[in-house]
Amino acid sequence: MNIKYWKFVLAVAASVLASGVARADGSGDPAIVSSDNGKYMDKDGNPTYKISPDGMVDWYTFSGFRRYHSDCHVCHGPNGEGSTYAPALANSLKTLSYSDFINVVTNGRKNVDAANDKVMPSFATNVNVMCYVDDIYVYLRARANDAIPGGRPPTHEDKSEAAKQAESSCTGIK
Amino acid sequence: MRKVLIATGLGVAALAAGAVRADEALDQLAKDPKQWVMQQGDDANTRYSKLNQINSSNVKKLQVAWTFSTGVLRGHEGGPLVIGDTMYVHTPFPNTVYALDLNHEGKIIWKYEPRQDPNVIPIMCCDTVNRGVAYADGKIFLHQADTTLIALDAKTGAKVWSVMDGEAGKGQSGTDAPFVYKDKVLIGVSGGEFGVRGWVSAYNIKDGKLAWRGFSEGPDADTLIDPEKTTSLGKPVGPDSSTSTWQGDQWKIGGGATWGWYSYDPKLNLVYYGSGNPSTWNPVQRPGDNRWSMSIWARDLDTGKVKWIYQMTPHDEWDFDGVNEMILSDQEIGGKMRNILTHFDRNGFGYTLDRATGELMVAEKFDPVVNWATKVDMDKSSKTYGRPLVVDAYSTQHQGEDTNSKGICPAALGTKDEQPAAYSPETQLFYVPTNHVCMDYEPYKVAYTAGQAYVGAAVAMYPPKGDTNMGNFIAWDGKTGKIAWSNKEQFSAWGGALATAGNVVFYGTLEGYLKAVDAKTGKELYKFKTPSGIIGNVMTYEHGGKQYVGVLSGVGGWAGIGLAAGLLQPENAAAWHGAVDQGKLPSKEKTVDTAGLGAVGGYAGLASYTSLGGTLTVFALPSE
Repeated sequence: MNIKYWKFVLAVAASVLASGVARADGSGDPAIVSSDNGKYMDKDGNPTYKISPDGMVDWYTFSGFRRYHSDCHVCHGPNGEGSTYAPALANSLKTLSYSDFINVVTNGRKNVDAANDKVMPSFATNVNVMCYVDDIYVYLRARANDAIPGGRPPTHEDKSEAAKQAESSCTGIK
Repeated sequence: MRKVLIATGLGVAALAAGAVRADEALDQLAKDPKQWVMQQGDDANTRYSKLNQINSSNVKKLQVAWTFSTGVLRGHEGGPLVIGDTMYVHTPFPNTVYALDLNHEGKIIWKYEPRQDPNVIPIMCCDTVNRGVAYADGKIFLHQADTTLIALDAKTGAKVWSVMDGEAGKGQSGTDAPFVYKDKVLIGVSGGEFGVRGWVSAYNIKDGKLAWRGFSEGPDADTLIDPEKTTSLGKPVGPDSSTSTWQGDQWKIGGGATWGWYSYDPKLNLVYYGSGNPSTWNPVQRPGDNRWSMSIWARDLDTGKVKWIYQMTPHDEWDFDGVNEMILSDQEIGGKMRNILTHFDRNGFGYTLDRATGELMVAEKFDPVVNWATKVDMDKSSKTYGRPLVVDAYSTQHQGEDTNSKGICPAALGTKDEQPAAYSPETQLFYVPTNHVCMDYEPYKVAYTAGQAYVGAAVAMYPPKGDTNMGNFIAWDGKTGKIAWSNKEQFSAWGGALATAGNVVFYGTLEGYLKAVDAKTGKELYKFKTPSGIIGNVMTYEHGGKQYVGVLSGVGGWAGIGLAAGLLQPENAAAWHGAVDQGKLPSKEKTVDTAGLGAVGGYAGLASYTSLGGTLTVFALPSE
């Protein structure tokens, strides 16, 4: 199976998804317009997810699922569904854009008054989050668009060499 | 009425008398069942009251006597104290303390609200909980979220002294109640998910001067372990017993938090508590036994020196913190009266030890679904004596990094978390609120950054196969290690229990019910739905000749994370296929249904049952 054929399959899959249900989130239409080494982008070049008809997800959506359920879910709940004290990000991303998302993760956010004591910390120095911030974003973007259910994606695309190299140079972990 | 007033007056006089040592005065107060002077009722952590006006024949008539809103929304753990005619009520962050006048229907005598940097909020891994205040020597002790320990004048709320115990900027936070024994007040630290190396600090109650501090890991000088005198399972631990079980400097960020419910034996002068999970949650990144995380500690109160120690879960691979309460009782075992310590661990084993020597007497599963270990090796001649025999299929170390180990029971929140059990000397049974939840656990490499979460595992939780209840409330025989009776709870039973001489045991549920059950049979005798889910601990006191039962409701804590959104079936591959095939996803409930579990209502999200808000509800029998 050659690469060209895969690109064709991809394009078909993307158009099927796009035509099936009109979707939009805080960053607009999540439909795949381009790809690079297993990374998928929408028309504006923002990261997006790829879910194959057999349920297989792209590597970054899977990676985002894992990273989310380590560093984010302790406040934001399993599957982006929120907790008693932090918002459901699967909802938030319906209105939050990619750049808003990156801004809040990097700089944090405070909402402290008589009725609230909500504080999102800055993750700027946390490589376990910042090196995977796009992964977490595409996972939550898929959740916000109901493209995947809760729980662990049963199958995922292979982790590309580019992803491995980017990870080790970003985290410093070999 | 007159009699009661006189009795109360005497209590105050004893407090005021300067000649009486603080600890003796507190001991006297603790013996008076009309008051509730420490979070756990007594130094032994029994959560047992001699009051019997409310009993198994009349508890069905229980009514709400009065209520009080704390003004705070987050999870409310711990409970109020009653000293004389005053009730002291605490809240989660911002850690407000109220003194309420019981003679005037709970009128506020004073209110104290510390000013804390809100940046401490996100370093509290599992909600901004606080497990209550302590009392001694005319002072109320509060352990704030930012690790400040402050002593307030019990009459006025004015600050007497305060110390900063840790650094919130490094992920260290305060959630546990202070514990007063003799002339010292002890506090632990939270932050096992932030690479904090745990410790216990003992301060003098008079002036807040640090008396000693003992770490969970590190050189013997830090842990206050004596290589020759400190024993584990009857043998001296030898030099460098902690650092020799870690690779490199990992022990410096090795976890072992200390935020549970401590106890104290005045005859042995020993303080007992547990240490939590080693950091990170990825076991592959920290080879070795990782001592002394996951251990039961017995320290000398005066010096902090360790008399004995026992590590329950060497080289943790599941986040089975060992912090849960240590309950002290004297029971006849094998024809002999024994001074024992009982502990219900997150790992699903109920332990009975000799509290003078640390001898391991019983270690049995207190939920039959526990599967990560077949048993604890009780053969004294065995090389693995005292260690759990781990099942490879559920070993996240054995399965390795980037592998999702499935179907591990219990889940990371344990067969029991911090919610304290009670012990009745009459029935000689322990009453234990438990979780009935399993998990998938996938560890992977993470890097440490000071003040940032340091977890390194993705965890998914769900009820055990074939079950729909996520909790049980059980009665446990610590002599034999057997369940006497067990009541199913839809959600984890996350409220602390209270046993009473009236043959009634009380506990709260996550939906918000205050329940009363028969101590002998477990039969439900009464329930009332409070304004929010209960993760607080039930207490009782007598005032004006009448027995009252009080509990804080206010859902949250770790229970508020997983359960608020509803837990999913682990294998929902069918749902994935169905969802993607149709180009449209079923709702969450349908996902669970598709996965073939049925009985969807059994574990629909807690959010369908209750909402946030801290309220104290006080119950009493109707006046004749």
